[in-house]
Amino acid sequence: MREQTKISIRNLTKVFYKKNSSVTALDQVSVDISEGEFVCLVGPSGCGKTTLLRILAGLETTSAGDFEIKQGKEDRPLQSMVFQERGIIPWLTVEDNVAFGLKMRHLPKNVVKERTDYYLKKVGLEKFSKLYPKELSGGMKQRVSIARAFANDSEILLMDEPFAALDEQNKFILQEELLSIWEETKKTVLFITHSIDEALLLSDRILLMSAQPGKIIKEIKNDLPRPRNIEQIRANQQTAESFIEILKHLHEEVQKSRK
Amino acid sequence: MREEKQAKHHNPVEIEQQEWKKRRLNDRLKQTLTIASPIFLLCLWEFLSQTDLIDVRFFPPPTEILRTFYNMIVSGELFHHIWISLYRIFAGFLLGAIPGIVIGLLMGLYSPIRHFISPIVMALMPIPTLALLPIIIILFGIGDFSKIVTIAGSVFFPVVINTTAGVVNIDSIYLDVAKNYGANSKDFFFKIALPGSLPVMMEGIQMGQAIALLTIVAAEMMGATSGIGYLIWTSYKAFLLKEMFVGLILISFFGYLFSLVLRFLQKKILPWR
Repeated sequence: MREQTKISIRNLTKVFYKKNSSVTALDQVSVDISEGEFVCLVGPSGCGKTTLLRILAGLETTSAGDFEIKQGKEDRPLQSMVFQERGIIPWLTVEDNVAFGLKMRHLPKNVVKERTDYYLKKVGLEKFSKLYPKELSGGMKQRVSIARAFANDSEILLMDEPFAALDEQNKFILQEELLSIWEETKKTVLFITHSIDEALLLSDRILLMSAQPGKIIKEIKNDLPRPRNIEQIRANQQTAESFIEILKHLHEEVQKSRK
Repeated sequence: MREEKQAKHHNPVEIEQQEWKKRRLNDRLKQTLTIASPIFLLCLWEFLSQTDLIDVRFFPPPTEILRTFYNMIVSGELFHHIWISLYRIFAGFLLGAIPGIVIGLLMGLYSPIRHFISPIVMALMPIPTLALLPIIIILFGIGDFSKIVTIAGSVFFPVVINTTAGVVNIDSIYLDVAKNYGANSKDFFFKIALPGSLPVMMEGIQMGQAIALLTIVAAEMMGATSGIGYLIWTSYKAFLLKEMFVGLILISFFGYLFSLVLRFLQKKILPWR
């Protein structure tokens, strides 16, 4: 069961073409992600990791190659995305933001209400359900975004640096909250980050990308037992080595792209 | 002396309370200033014209204007002008704003429509509708409807332009969210496009309202037999300057009232801002 492939990406290439010049954002990317796996995609900025995620999210088309997300239960959407901080809709209340995906699917009202309430409670926002996003802090906004994606109960979750804009303390708290919700649902997650600590804390596997054109050049297994916390990541010898390895790789790629 | 003071206010909360009281006093002073400035102006005017420092024939004292205002209310003459003007303003405003909103939304949502219509809008916008009044009168006669059309023409442009801009400038991340969560076109319109464009659209409506007042006065000065603009114009021609000032004050009052009402509505419609 666990080894079943959930997402398979085959020779995916994306070229951006503009006024007689082209940029290859993704070059022949191939990767399989198993059911229930938490995968982090790490790479230097501008390496095409967001492009890859946007293609999987149906927001961008491929130039060549293809990908498949396996449908498990019927009537379930294939994917939901957790956007960066600006991704929650300012004219909807917290509650309506969390219910957004469910309402777009026109599910029965009681189902929408039940699932919305459940995830509002999960992220500790039940008291704030009637507020508008302007009244929330950055961390609370991201909780709304996470609750919205989980409430939609899609086959896979895509996350685009959801914690990048948060301060350090909030980041730790939200990472642990995310892990606890994830462990309950065991969703397949593809998570973009530029934070090595974050990747080591969250993932089962880390995919390293090269600078432009984006390719997956290395993968690192991360089998530290769960539940994890940030202290363990810092204290563990093996993750410390992985940290250095990823750091060196990122340095190399940044140097290469400068030349 | 200083030590004595410190000893007195050794409690930090008390010290901050004093500070807070000072700030509150300061705020109240500012509020008073805001109310005081028009009153000051009126008093100055009254004083200058009572003492003959300015020509009473051109600037009758405010108390005189008020008396005229009262007499005109009592005689019922004023209400006739007010109602007819308000009717024209409202009808013209709706006739301009509703098509403005509909066409603006269509232009914002569908780029072929936008590319097709926007040159026409841009070319027509600089022409003052008042300059078109002769044509409007030829087409629609000298009755109420020609004034309503004139106002509608002036209101339409700021509303259509702002509504289009409101839709076009919705942050693309919300469009991504809608697409990612599978919104159909009806849901997209009601949950994203319409509410997202409302703030900028409301600014256009606010502008349209101001323009409607400017237009009604001018439209009623030409070819009308009633209305506030007519009152101002005929009073001026007959050199009844007190009556003219009554008309001017009415326009100023309604302009202020409408923008207050719209601002209140804006707060109700856009609680998320």
